[in-house]
Amino acid sequence: MALQNTKKHKTGVRDRREALHAGALLLPYGLLFSMFILIPVAIAMGLSFSYFDVINKPTFTGLMNYIYLFTQDTVFMKKVLPNTFLYALIVGPGGYVISFLIAWMLSQIQALPRTILSLAIYTPSMVGQVFIGVVWKTIFSGDQRGIINNILLELNVIDTPIQFLLTKDYFMQIMILISLWSAMGIGFLAMISGILNINEELYEAAYVDGMKNRFQEILYITIPSMKPQMLFGAVMAIVNAFNMGWIGVTLSGANPTPEYAGQLITNHIDDYGFIRYEMGYAAAISVVLLIIVYLFNIVAHRFFGSKDE
Amino acid sequence: MKKRRRKSKYMGAKINPKYFSASQIKFYAILLPLAVFMIIPVIYVINQAFKPLGELFAFPPTIFVKQPTLKNFKDLFELSSTTGIPMSRYILNSALITLLTILLNLVVTILAAYVFSKKKFRAKPVLFEINQLALMFVPTAVAVPRYLVIVKSGMLDTWWAHVLPLVAMPVGLFLVKQFTDQIPDALIEAAVMDGANDIMIIRKVIIPLTRPALATSVVLTFQQVWGAVEASNNFITDDSMRTLAFYLNSLSTNNTIAAAGMQAAASVILFVPNLIIFIVMQSQVMNTMSHSGIK
Repeated sequence: MALQNTKKHKTGVRDRREALHAGALLLPYGLLFSMFILIPVAIAMGLSFSYFDVINKPTFTGLMNYIYLFTQDTVFMKKVLPNTFLYALIVGPGGYVISFLIAWMLSQIQALPRTILSLAIYTPSMVGQVFIGVVWKTIFSGDQRGIINNILLELNVIDTPIQFLLTKDYFMQIMILISLWSAMGIGFLAMISGILNINEELYEAAYVDGMKNRFQEILYITIPSMKPQMLFGAVMAIVNAFNMGWIGVTLSGANPTPEYAGQLITNHIDDYGFIRYEMGYAAAISVVLLIIVYLFNIVAHRFFGSKDE
Repeated sequence: MKKRRRKSKYMGAKINPKYFSASQIKFYAILLPLAVFMIIPVIYVINQAFKPLGELFAFPPTIFVKQPTLKNFKDLFELSSTTGIPMSRYILNSALITLLTILLNLVVTILAAYVFSKKKFRAKPVLFEINQLALMFVPTAVAVPRYLVIVKSGMLDTWWAHVLPLVAMPVGLFLVKQFTDQIPDALIEAAVMDGANDIMIIRKVIIPLTRPALATSVVLTFQQVWGAVEASNNFITDDSMRTLAFYLNSLSTNNTIAAAGMQAAASVILFVPNLIIFIVMQSQVMNTMSHSGIK
């Protein structure tokens, strides 16, 4: 604002030159952003209306892919879509609520233990795909050397080891557990610092005005005072839930997962795109995925977005 | 004295307390077991990496190593040399790719954040809104079109295929831009009065004042690049150009007995740099996070 006011006398030329400079500085980011985010999304949309096997040129097929997806693809309708919603709802919003509660509890203790505990809780989110695979495959190993099987055998809960990662029975639960375990990422860090930055006088004033307990405090002071961080955390939680799609395939070592028990929409895309080379169909599934992510995002903005934008 | 007075005035709001009080015990009762649950798998794998074969397959299984050995790490290096491509090659590849990506990411992000925060032009709100939408971008959704872009631009089997897809990171730009917003316009105005151009302003004003956000961007980029397998899987066919994460990942599909120790060793090699970088930059990251809100 102030910048503009002082330069008012030669606005026209100045503005144009400013815009030119701005454009030049923005160019590298814009170019790479377009190449690897914008254009791929556009291509996915275009290809979704075609048949494309990578070798021959794509042929236009109209809405065929979408019609097939929603009427013929029983795996998609019966397994993939319900799995994806169940998984995304628990890991996304569920993980989000958990990370807020943990962040809130951490803000109630002293700085040094808080730093140490936060680090322990944050660590799983940064260990990466390879590490997660190795750890949890060992823990849920299907023979008696697997830690979980060993404990259950010791306690006489079971007689023979359970094939956790090769059968459908517990597969989804295990995927969700692991995803929640690694979900306390930067959204979680943002919420800790959001809570810590709330002006303490707000709480004092509210108690003078008759606020009674911690629950009211969270509802009427904490959350409204850190809405921007809540929204950032929500977006990160959604992204994390959908970006963890590889977990089932990593655990079982095969796509599709056992009896499609852990088949998520991202695995379905890989299945058609990189295994069957039906790129047009894979693209249509991608578009559906992007729409689902977008819908989740709209809900998050409804809750925490500011009205004036 | 002071403490008692505050307490009598209002009951709640013990955010960031300076002293320990009995009322905190209930939080520790939840947080401590939780932290243990979170960190135990990590500690377990680190211990696995140093276990001799006998302990790896001892029954019942143990978490902590009794007689630590470096054999798993030695085996890992020896195994890779038998396949023709030594481990050092993968490490070098990964280090160079990571370094280059971080450098490019920093430059590109600083320039864009400066424009979004301090410049005024008509398309800005729309462009920033697009970046906001891209915060929720799910790369695996467009793996196929990304592959097509790589092929069409002639980047298949080049180093650029590793680096360029990860340079433009919407979250990084967002965080640095939010932080740049804190710099008063008057400061930039003064620099303009002194005859500074955009590049000089960025170098002398923006970079020194946004250090914490830039450090955060480095941490996030590092986490993404160092563990990335997408490029090696899809865009690279030459084994000698693939990354450490890819090689170690390919080991984890191998389930033989001897592989268990090597897999753990591999996991530790991948994890430790992440941990060190985060701990070093931890306070910077937390500082950035306080400006991370989306309005």
